[in-house]
Amino acid sequence: MQNATTKSLILATKLFATECEPALAWVSLLNLNESPILSNLLRLNGLTKAYPGVIANNAVSFDIGVGEIHALLGENGAGKSTLVKMIYGLVKPDSGEMEFLGQSFAPSEPRAARQSGVAMVFQHFSLFEALNVAENIALGMENPPRAKVLSQQIREVSAKYGLTIDPDRLVGDLSAGERQRVEIIRCLLQDPKLLIMDEPTSVLTPQEVETLFVTLRKLQSEGTSILYISHKLDEIRTLCERATVLRGGKVVGTCTPSQETAKSLAEMMVGAKLQTPKKAATELGQPLLKLENLSLQSKDPFGTSLRDISFILRAGEVLGIGGVAGNGQDELMLALSGEELVDANAISLKGEFIGQLGPTPRRLRGLLAAPEERLGHAAAPDMSLTENSLLTAFYRQRLGRRGFVNKQASENFTKAIIQQFDVRTPGITNTAKSLSGGNLQKFVVGREIVQNPTVFVVNQPTWGVDAAAAAAIRQALLELASNGAGVLVISQDLDELMEVSDNFAILAEGRLSKPQSAKGVTIEEIGLMMGGSEIA
Amino acid sequence: MIRLEPRTEPSRAMIALTPILAVLATMIAGGFLFSALGKNPIEAIRMIFWDPVLGEHAFYYRGQILVKAAPLIMIALGLSFGFRAGIWNIGAEGQFIMGGVIGAAAGLALYPSESIFVFPIMLIAGTLGGLLWALIPAYLKIKFNANEILVSLMLVYVAFNFLAGMVTGPLRDPDGFNFPESRSFQQWDAASNPELIAGSGIHWGVLVTMGLVIVAYILLTRHIFGFHIRLAGQSPRAAKFGGVNPNKMVAICLGLSGALAGMAGLYEVTGPAGKLTTTFPLGYGFTAIIVAFLGRLHPIGILLAGLLLAVTYVGGDVIQANLSLPKASIQVFQGMLLFFLLAVDVLVHFRIRFKRGL
Repeated sequence: MQNATTKSLILATKLFATECEPALAWVSLLNLNESPILSNLLRLNGLTKAYPGVIANNAVSFDIGVGEIHALLGENGAGKSTLVKMIYGLVKPDSGEMEFLGQSFAPSEPRAARQSGVAMVFQHFSLFEALNVAENIALGMENPPRAKVLSQQIREVSAKYGLTIDPDRLVGDLSAGERQRVEIIRCLLQDPKLLIMDEPTSVLTPQEVETLFVTLRKLQSEGTSILYISHKLDEIRTLCERATVLRGGKVVGTCTPSQETAKSLAEMMVGAKLQTPKKAATELGQPLLKLENLSLQSKDPFGTSLRDISFILRAGEVLGIGGVAGNGQDELMLALSGEELVDANAISLKGEFIGQLGPTPRRLRGLLAAPEERLGHAAAPDMSLTENSLLTAFYRQRLGRRGFVNKQASENFTKAIIQQFDVRTPGITNTAKSLSGGNLQKFVVGREIVQNPTVFVVNQPTWGVDAAAAAAIRQALLELASNGAGVLVISQDLDELMEVSDNFAILAEGRLSKPQSAKGVTIEEIGLMMGGSEIA
Repeated sequence: MIRLEPRTEPSRAMIALTPILAVLATMIAGGFLFSALGKNPIEAIRMIFWDPVLGEHAFYYRGQILVKAAPLIMIALGLSFGFRAGIWNIGAEGQFIMGGVIGAAAGLALYPSESIFVFPIMLIAGTLGGLLWALIPAYLKIKFNANEILVSLMLVYVAFNFLAGMVTGPLRDPDGFNFPESRSFQQWDAASNPELIAGSGIHWGVLVTMGLVIVAYILLTRHIFGFHIRLAGQSPRAAKFGGVNPNKMVAICLGLSGALAGMAGLYEVTGPAGKLTTTFPLGYGFTAIIVAFLGRLHPIGILLAGLLLAVTYVGGDVIQANLSLPKASIQVFQGMLLFFLLAVDVLVHFRIRFKRGL
């Protein structure tokens, strides 16, 4: 008890030093006395890691208790991934030390970290689609047991933690949620003491999120600690006992998420007050974009073909399209941008059939698009921002004559995007890949909005983007709609869809549900529409 | 186990220096090659690089350098656009031959007209010959996704046999004592591409090549076409999103390189070669690939690289004559240049790590 009190005092002092309300500090102090946190599992002390030109982590110190679900919060670029990579042995700290169960801990590579009992589920899965579940798991093991034994182990673990999965199924046939289960089982077979989860719910339906939380709580009750990285503040509030907030590489606060509101957490992360985007109420106008029984065979063997997609997008309307990734979102984007041609009559813009027109003629007619993948699809990574402006704006904005590029005009256009959308970059000659995710996303979305589209289609507008940039992008989309454009937002973030959409529909297995009003629908109802029924 | 690790930030100075380092490495390795053949390596290297430019008989060789450089540069310019876009035309040699044969055939059909239109007609026919020959791999690639590297390369041998068939058959000189040759274009004013200033080596093809260097430079740096070419090479998906039709790109890049190779063939057959023979192809189409890469796929770089390779051609003649080295030795020497260029490139972009086990 002596020990616990000392610790409480240390914690309380820390809390006072942060932006958490002092009153809350006392609450957590009280919580701590009753909480199951007995001792520290992992203690970070003054971890610092600098890269050329940026200090990714600056004297980061905090600790994770045994059996604690600890949240790591922060904007993109706040240093979360660097910190996690140091714990997992992918990056070596410049200074500072770590203690794992009281022992000095300095993993030289992930294998060493795994041997000590640290496991990690990455945001992007590393699975082979053409292999089955058991084979994929065996590939990640040091000394895999025989196939039969392994399958048996997988069945045991999946039954114990409610992670329903058949070891003999091909990974290519699994949904994103099931693939994540494979990754989690892969970790659990190592019997970890600390499980690191990087943005685990970004690909899940609400029901799948619930199941995941049940699993995580069960793990916790058995004494496994979890370091949970997410930008979904509501989840953190329901799941995590403590949260450490990073900003600009430094710890700016530790708090008890359940005592905070999502807004206060976000403001702690950003370090500024946030405005919720608001849309001026407008009457919906003329139909602008009309899809009639659009079908498209996917060229990717693991892709999803589109079947009989129909909807009408009106002037001033934001139509949200939700659904779990891999249900035809990419294909729908390609069909609308003109990268894949479809039946001429399947798509009409202001009454003109454009299904057989390529991207450039569609842009000239006012249908602009911003695909999900910023680097390599929406922008060319090694080209300058000015050159990336030419990518979609050369013809529509007449940035040249007879094909000759007007340097002045294209630079001015690029500067206009940077200024209007607050893109943080040293200059317009910097390459696209030198920008942070949020800034590049602002550039990619801004590039189209500045061109004053009749209809704007955007896929995952705020994916991997920090809270401030996300709010700015959503606000821009709403303003575009209130100025009379039609906006189609494809997103997997249901909160985002609820926030911006007038109407919304769900894309599941290549089919689109009938669009309905976004008012008065609960997240649970949408989850059921998303085909979450496989979850018991 | 040797591993290549990508360098995070390859040095810009080193990227610019790679062609020079490659030339130096080639000189050293070439020196070993020549000494293994029992010759004085320093003398051989001097004869290749020094004698043609500044040696005792340079006044004769200098003209030869331009004569050899012009087709190399013209073909390499065409190839460089495709190479930038990731479209690999390896068969410029065949397009060069077809340009020469079709252009010559169009001219010979008009023999012995002295009309001023004879040469322009031949030029158009030759260019079209190369263009259409290159569109065969383009069509097969677009229609059946056939690999353009293999198809264009194999068509070189078809073109070579077509040439042999033509000069022993329909295009054989009726007054030529049954030699496998066409009529001489040098002795037919309306169809000849003469040396414009005696001893300078400058013919119409040289002047057109100079103009093309400038046009290519402007296209690449100022025109949306050059932008689309670079885009298609760097990020194909972004290019498609930007409205670049990949199939069109294949046709344009192969067609353009074929047309320029065909044009070079026509200038060659009417000028320096003078007539069609079975020895008309000199390997310019293949050497131009080295020129394009040595010049970093940039028009100005190609101009310099073309001149350098032309020097090695002329220097190769010098060592053949003076040191009685086989022709193959200078071809090996030129090949080493590309080999070292690629090797130095790898070392600039990657570092080598030695590791035990897997």
